[in-house]
Amino acid sequence: MKTNISIDKIYVPSKDVVSREVQGEFILIPIVSGMDKNKEAIFTLNETGRLIWDKLAKKKSIRKIVSELSLEFASPARKIQENVLGFLKELLKRKMIVSS
Amino acid sequence: MDSPYVSRSTINKARLWKSNRPVLRWLDIELTERCNNNCIHCYINLPPDDSNAMKMELSGNELKRILKEAASLGCLKVRFTGGEPFLRKDFEELYVFSRRLGLKVAVFTNATLLTEKLAAVFSRFPPMEKIEVSVYGMKKSSYEFVTRVPGSYEAAKKGIGILLDKKIPFAVKNTLTPFNKKEVSRFDNWAKSIQGGEGVPYNIFFNLHCRRDERKNRFIRKFRVSPTEGVKFLMRDKKAYSKAILNFCSRFIGPPGDRLFSCGSGKGIGCVDAYGKFQPCMLLRHPDCVYDLKGGSLKDALENFFPRLREAKAMKSDYLNRCAECFLKDLCEQCPGVSWMEHGVLDRPVEYFCNIAHTQARAIGLLNPGEMGWEVSGWRERISKCVKKGGRDYENKY
Repeated sequence: MKTNISIDKIYVPSKDVVSREVQGEFILIPIVSGMDKNKEAIFTLNETGRLIWDKLAKKKSIRKIVSELSLEFASPARKIQENVLGFLKELLKRKMIVSS
Repeated sequence: MDSPYVSRSTINKARLWKSNRPVLRWLDIELTERCNNNCIHCYINLPPDDSNAMKMELSGNELKRILKEAASLGCLKVRFTGGEPFLRKDFEELYVFSRRLGLKVAVFTNATLLTEKLAAVFSRFPPMEKIEVSVYGMKKSSYEFVTRVPGSYEAAKKGIGILLDKKIPFAVKNTLTPFNKKEVSRFDNWAKSIQGGEGVPYNIFFNLHCRRDERKNRFIRKFRVSPTEGVKFLMRDKKAYSKAILNFCSRFIGPPGDRLFSCGSGKGIGCVDAYGKFQPCMLLRHPDCVYDLKGGSLKDALENFFPRLREAKAMKSDYLNRCAECFLKDLCEQCPGVSWMEHGVLDRPVEYFCNIAHTQARAIGLLNPGEMGWEVSGWRERISKCVKKGGRDYENKY
């Protein structure tokens, strides 16, 4: 299924996902069914994933997130946008983020 | 996953904690000691309407405080057990509260009180682990011989039917009694149809009552199977048994010396009883070994109280002469908790479990007839020899 995502939209973490930091690992734990075929699945975010998640929680648009990451990592926005969109599509497909 | 920023796993398989384990990894909570069944072998159950127990039980808010602290200490899994946890009117609230903290919730139940409404909660908020349902027989007569509650068989069937209907993952487990022995293969087949090829756990060797109730103990002792009969039952799948037991022996067994705690109890795990006492494990309720959470915290117990407790050494001469020297100690279910339940002290050999361990060891060729585990000096060679043979010795004996 194709997931449409708009760069100017704001997406926020779903209330049905709990984020927890356990011993230095940042994990997302779905608490409702339907986010993964495996009802026991959890998701571990790396450092960049976590940065994006925190920015989503602050209700920033994708464009803003990409621009901030581009500055933080001194990396071309185009490449960052591609990765961010891929990540967010994955989260959106699983309903782990919702449109604000 | 199609993103470098995220990886997918399960709590059991995640690489969390490999180097730096959290203060608390897993917490058992006995929500109540009350149960609507009255099982002949049960080491804990009180009547469902026991008003004294109800008055003493932790309130919902007290439990929520404990759950919140557990999550803050890194705990990812909580197990709700009892008694029968569904007897608590606030079960659903506590369950959803735990899930919203990001805790995986294991539930032990007899399923007799499971309703469509509760099943809907499990569907919407999956526990992330199979619900474990105790089933005592395939027929009303064998089931209710154990539970001693008329109507409980039908109630369990109904509850299990709801779980099946709603496709809520669950597993069943059984208890070996004189009245369901002939149903074992039927039960195993039925269980496999539910949970696939996983082995079906049986409660075979009963513990005495956790609060040392002698009236109940007389009953429990009456229904204990003999070590020979129990081991014969364990060996009904000889290949699987052989593989598992030899693997265990080659990795874990050996004389423990005079230290009482050779297990992992109280090390990042523990059990909160229905009244707020934090135990290092589900079995150990000796008053000197439990920590009162009404006046303290999980963190204090795990960082200060349990480590001190785990330093305890055995004092009784029969323990020091036998268990401390016995290479079968980790094969044996004797532990401070079991010793407490049997004798009221932490360090006395428990003959029933000692006999079971010795029967198992003789069955797989680790011991010669009449030989005792504390008499063997070359136990490492014994184990290696037995592992090389693949436990073939016992095939002819059982």
